[in-house]
Amino acid sequence: MSIRETVNSARSGWMKADSPAGDIVVSSRVRVARNINGFSFPHLLGQEKAEQVMHGIQAALGNSDLKTELELTRLTELSPVERQILVEKHLISPDLLHNHEKKAVALRDDEVVSVMVNEEDHLRIQSLLPGLQLEKAWELVDKVDDGLEKTLEYAFSEKYGYLTACPTNAGTGMRASVMLHLPGLVLINQIRAVLTAISKLGFTVRGLYGEGTEAHGNLFQISNQVTMGHSEEEIINSLNSVTGQLLAQEREARKVLIRERREQLEDRVGRSYGILKFCHVISTEETMRRLSDVRLGVDLNLIHGVNPDQLTELIVKTQPAYLLKQHGGELPPAQRDVLRAEVIRKEFNREG
Amino acid sequence: MMLCEKCQERPATVFYTEVINNKQKKMQLCEVCASQMQAEGFGGLPQMNLHNFLASFWNQMSGVHPFAPKTKEEEACPSCGTPESLFAQKGLFGCGDCYKHFGDRLEPLLRRIHGSSAHTGKVPVRSGGKVLLARQIEELKASLRYAVAREEFEKAAELRDNIKKLEQQL
Repeated sequence: MSIRETVNSARSGWMKADSPAGDIVVSSRVRVARNINGFSFPHLLGQEKAEQVMHGIQAALGNSDLKTELELTRLTELSPVERQILVEKHLISPDLLHNHEKKAVALRDDEVVSVMVNEEDHLRIQSLLPGLQLEKAWELVDKVDDGLEKTLEYAFSEKYGYLTACPTNAGTGMRASVMLHLPGLVLINQIRAVLTAISKLGFTVRGLYGEGTEAHGNLFQISNQVTMGHSEEEIINSLNSVTGQLLAQEREARKVLIRERREQLEDRVGRSYGILKFCHVISTEETMRRLSDVRLGVDLNLIHGVNPDQLTELIVKTQPAYLLKQHGGELPPAQRDVLRAEVIRKEFNREG
Repeated sequence: MMLCEKCQERPATVFYTEVINNKQKKMQLCEVCASQMQAEGFGGLPQMNLHNFLASFWNQMSGVHPFAPKTKEEEACPSCGTPESLFAQKGLFGCGDCYKHFGDRLEPLLRRIHGSSAHTGKVPVRSGGKVLLARQIEELKASLRYAVAREEFEKAAELRDNIKKLEQQL
């Protein structure tokens, strides 16, 4: 069963640094929201109706040429830790954990395509790819959407487009986003100005794993705010062009750092590398911060012998639920920080 | 040993305190449920605020004073039974038909959110209704104008016949 393999491995299809602009764009994601005509939206569904929706979607997957790729798993078939791992790997949203007895997920083996059932809408079709590949992600989502539509009748209005539980998703139902690693802009203190400018252009900026706008590990997620009045291609084009701007700014910031503050930068990434290599107790927050430094060091050729994919994988490997799963039982918080350090040390000292 | 209040499976090791609207809620949770609650807090909180915002826009536009006594019978969606007050509270519609039912009130809200209240993107084949047809006719009409401008009258006649055929299906 593929979903079992998924929760036992930190690796995922969206982690691959040698992808387009992979030094800065960690991943690209496109998701669309769809609902089935004739059913109330999930928040009003009782167990019986929710079952019918799950059955209907299962059947629609079976009818399409997707049936070998996507098979529905009820969230009740997974343990709480396993469900949490899917969230930590960004394959499902935290919302899918609420009332999980009404929910299901289908995941392609390479984890690049997922279908969530009975989240805020009956269907959330998502594609998550490494690097900057928004067109490809939309292509994959579009294909699954077409396949499902052969059987399902969607709630659609000629005027308003795809109808969703929340009116902020109506129209295309599409949310496209990129996850960016922007340590350069953070270090030269330009990040706030840049992100403010972006939010004025109709994009939402969020920190990843962090609270509010304080981003953990200098990872930022940029997504479109508006889903109606623009076509899917227009939304993707504008996100692409904004991402292009950010890439240029971040590369410029890194050049400035190398030119004007090389020693300080080498010291910073070197210290973080040292800490990760030899620590015995470390928190999630510090892990994210140090990993960001090391990644920057690798990108700028200041650190050698570390594979960037290994760093992305470590982000997942050091999250709470993943640690618990690997440990195979309960773990008091203090012990968790010890185990996390152990996992990291092992990873960085593999070659000796 | 006390069990987690949420999953009742694992021992409670985390004291979780949540403050919503000045009301404090204390829970004893296991690690997994606690990290889940935090993840939900991060993913869920902005979402909650968003729904509250939507609800307050709705109330504002309909001119309902929150403290005004209710005088007339409240309207509910005939398909799912969602009353307006539920949307005003949750910021979520009940079903696809709510869009039809609350249509005239919905438009200003959509324009406020999206700057537009008309969909221009993908259209599903099965439930797209006549949108695909209408778009096809628009495209043919554009080609017709182009053909006429270039004095390609044979082609124009052919296009005009096609348009007529499609218009009959509308």
